[in-house]
Amino acid sequence: MTNGWTDVANADVVLVMGGNPAENHPVGFRFVLEAKRLRKAKIICIDPRFTRTAAVSDLYVPIRSGTDIAFLGGLIHYAISNNKYQRKYVELNTNASFLIAEGFGFSEGHFSGWKDGKYDKATWQYELDAQGYAKVDPTLEHPRCVFQLMKTHYSRYTPEVVANICGCTSEEFVKAAAMITIAAAEDKSGTVLYALGWTHHSFAVQLIHAAAMVQLLMGNIGMPGGGVNAQRGHANIQGSTDMGAWNTLPGYLKIPRANHENLADYLAANTPKALRPNSLNYLGNTPKFMTSLLKAYYGSHATKANDFGYGWLPKVEEGADHSWGTFFDQMHAGKMEGLISFGMNPVANGPNTPKMIRALSKLKWLIVAENFETETAAFWRAKELADKEYPQSLKADDIQTEVFLLPAACFAEKDGAFVNSSRWLQWKEAAVDPPGDARRDQDIISDLFHAVHDLYVKEGGARPEPLLKMQWDYAKPQRPQLGEVAREVNGIDLETGKQLNGFGELKDDGSTACGNWIYSGSWTEAGNQMSRRGQADPTGLGLYPQWAWSWPANRRILYNRASTDSAGKPWDETRAPLRWNGKRWIGDTPDYKSDAAPETMAPFIMLPEGVARLFAPELVEGPFPEHYEPAESPVDNALHPTVNANPLLRTYNSDMDHFGTAKDFPFVAITYRLTEHFHYWTKHTSSSSELQSNFFVEIPEELAKEKGIANKTLVRVSSARGKIEGPALVTKRLRTLKVSGKKVYQIGLPIHWGFVGKVHGPLINNLTPSAYDPNCGTPEYKGFLVNVEKIG
Amino acid sequence: MIVAKLIDTTLCIGCKACEVACQEWNDQEYTMGTFDGSYQTKPELEANFWNLIKFNEVEKDGATSWLMSKYQCMHCADAGCLAACPAPGAIVPLANGTIDFVHENCIGCGYCITGCPFDVPRLNSTTKKAYKCTLCSDRTAVGLEPACIKTCPTNCLTFGERDELLRMAETRTVELKADGFADAGIYNPQGVGGTNVLYVLKHASEPEQYGLPKDPVIPWTVSLWKGPIKWMGMLMFWGTIFGAFFHFVIYGPQDPEKHGHPRDAEEEPSEKP
Repeated sequence: MTNGWTDVANADVVLVMGGNPAENHPVGFRFVLEAKRLRKAKIICIDPRFTRTAAVSDLYVPIRSGTDIAFLGGLIHYAISNNKYQRKYVELNTNASFLIAEGFGFSEGHFSGWKDGKYDKATWQYELDAQGYAKVDPTLEHPRCVFQLMKTHYSRYTPEVVANICGCTSEEFVKAAAMITIAAAEDKSGTVLYALGWTHHSFAVQLIHAAAMVQLLMGNIGMPGGGVNAQRGHANIQGSTDMGAWNTLPGYLKIPRANHENLADYLAANTPKALRPNSLNYLGNTPKFMTSLLKAYYGSHATKANDFGYGWLPKVEEGADHSWGTFFDQMHAGKMEGLISFGMNPVANGPNTPKMIRALSKLKWLIVAENFETETAAFWRAKELADKEYPQSLKADDIQTEVFLLPAACFAEKDGAFVNSSRWLQWKEAAVDPPGDARRDQDIISDLFHAVHDLYVKEGGARPEPLLKMQWDYAKPQRPQLGEVAREVNGIDLETGKQLNGFGELKDDGSTACGNWIYSGSWTEAGNQMSRRGQADPTGLGLYPQWAWSWPANRRILYNRASTDSAGKPWDETRAPLRWNGKRWIGDTPDYKSDAAPETMAPFIMLPEGVARLFAPELVEGPFPEHYEPAESPVDNALHPTVNANPLLRTYNSDMDHFGTAKDFPFVAITYRLTEHFHYWTKHTSSSSELQSNFFVEIPEELAKEKGIANKTLVRVSSARGKIEGPALVTKRLRTLKVSGKKVYQIGLPIHWGFVGKVHGPLINNLTPSAYDPNCGTPEYKGFLVNVEKIG
Repeated sequence: MIVAKLIDTTLCIGCKACEVACQEWNDQEYTMGTFDGSYQTKPELEANFWNLIKFNEVEKDGATSWLMSKYQCMHCADAGCLAACPAPGAIVPLANGTIDFVHENCIGCGYCITGCPFDVPRLNSTTKKAYKCTLCSDRTAVGLEPACIKTCPTNCLTFGERDELLRMAETRTVELKADGFADAGIYNPQGVGGTNVLYVLKHASEPEQYGLPKDPVIPWTVSLWKGPIKWMGMLMFWGTIFGAFFHFVIYGPQDPEKHGHPRDAEEEPSEKP
């Protein structure tokens, strides 16, 4: 979230799209209802299903799954053509005025530069002056300025076109647009709440970019009650993202690539340069963050002479990808020996379950550390293994994978910090000891580290340095305490041995160590800031700066400098997280230099432009979001029928990657979560299982009538990947849609069941395709094609 | 002081947290259900499930709405269950307005079920006793709010002094009317003398859309029973029980030898060579 849960209560407009907070974030949803009750905020719910969120919304508009970019593109068109955007904010805070290179354009479904299945981005760049700064036209009139290009690009997204793609009526769209653009007024703000309904598409990153564009046009970024707010699913999924993945190091530093042979190469490639003379370009400090991270990894082994151990970091081959889809494809191709799975259940939660199971069966070993036996630990007894539809049908006896199930402690049995959607790091204590043989993750990892480390010491081997040079100076090296790790993550001044106060103190000369620069300030000399529980609210906006600690720098609203005009005066005096008092900024921790006068510096200090991007050339399939159909779709793309899906859609070519067409699979399917369960976990607990013991298939009333399906009738749902069975829940809440003149039905599939636990049901991902977003590698779990047959 | 629960259905999101809190606090046995074609946890209340969110899909003026409301004992001022109960001390009206069931005094006759216009009490087939929401009398006795209230994440549920809650409900109704819900109102049916569970409804003239009876009254059979027939009935009922008891005291137990009951014979085979 750019803002936070408590801040949602400050909104005048709440757009819930690509999320269902009443069901999946019921506790956070209290702030939505507070906004509704106390501020008379309008709640607008745009969703394929009439959900429990829709039930308490002021306006519900149904759309076809996977058409959100068309809807948001329509909002951009509506806002510009009806002059319902915050002009002064856009001029001040976005790259609307930046000029783009000659030759940029869009036609027939492709942006300029499309050749041989790839984009040459030469025409997507800013036009630079002699000093290397981007040229701008503050009047926004230049035909090649971002504003004009954006206006042209979205001129195709009229209410009628939107309605024709999304399946709602144009009247419904206009009603929603009028309500959402209330927030264009300087003294109004609107929030966007989204979750997996946006990220589970093969154009997910573009979709969220489109939302950011809408929010920038409305002047909602940086405002209390504004922002683009991702509702994170797991208590600590934000923390796991912050601490890195295959393509990022902690704090979103880029992973080194093979062609970055030394630290200087890496830093040259990954340290941005200011694109405007008044841009602070804070990420120009990347050398400090990276050097301090290397010092945290390798301690005294990291010296200036050896590039701070940069050479010991793993490097990713240039252009290579190791995201979920790719490594499971490689596993399926027999190219992987083993997998260690902590807190992950690929058989249940990966797309195309049959392929996941087959891939696991090709491993030599599989380690699963979990609270319960999961479908992944028990994959060898999945009935999907012996499915006759797949030629290489296996029996459990034929599988050579050795499975180790390590009983692991659950969240309440260990201390540590959760990072919630609001970016708050909240420290917790262990409530009870782990039962039986269950052990804490850090103990399992520590033992693994020492075992492998000792083997290298004893027997040698190729490239032992990453392990042998690793700093591991915990009081009890076998049993590191999470408090020790947290202090390391915060960062230390190596000369004084003192905890750092924040990332402003980091150095690139090896005199500071810091495990994650954005968490710096979370455990200072004053102690563990994450365990604070102060309830003071000095701004009166519900920001609670003394409750826990929020990254970065305990800032509660990101980009809060944009909540004021060019002179530092709040757009809305009644909702001011920040103001310039003539000497310094007061209020929330400023997202700005704290003593820099408002006219001296551009407002978005984290970006080299100094302003937010309406035009974002770093995304792979275009600088503006464009509507593409999902990988499987019931209709041709109404905007450009020859380029139907994302031109850079990521798919794989194994013998288990199948796609279907509307001829065999005429219905659009969506997968989702229910309030009653948490993912695939709570089917192990009695209380949640009692609330929703059974899987069901939600079917629109009209389709049910056509097919003679009554409520509770057993139905079979099939896709090009597999099939599942379950009872029908016939409902009015799934409306029949009219898309390109054609009736489209959507089928609802809740996900929570499997073959282990107190209650059982089919694995939904038997149906989902191996289709992935090319920017981030997220699978398309929503908006794929299925057929439904009555069998009961 | 009469206490009450206020359920503002306009803020209910059907999250069922109150259902879990009720189950947990009351140490209920969890039972896995069979699918009943709805999001609702159970089709109706059960002897070990006292608090149920009802889900109702309603189509009104071409628009779909999904009405959710919490269903449990209403703790009526004029309680039908109490009127119907023949067992002294089995149903107790507490000073704070709670209608509490005292299970050691319950004889499992099921008359309270007949007497309840809201169809709330349920008989447990094993213990042969009737069960329902106690308004968490074990919590309220020590100054705590009921478990469902404590857990509600959206402030849809409030607990407190009844008069104060009625005022809150009225304020909320005015707000809703100003927001365009002309039919907004309070559910506090007078047929049972008013209830200590109050609802704010957007569609107050059609409570049945929320699964609430429109004009609940105590069944006439029970009212009659409560009057002269109750005393006659009580006399006959207890007369029979006391009669049997005195018969036992005076004449002692039946002699199995004399009556030659086959089951008794089977039970003691070793003593019958």
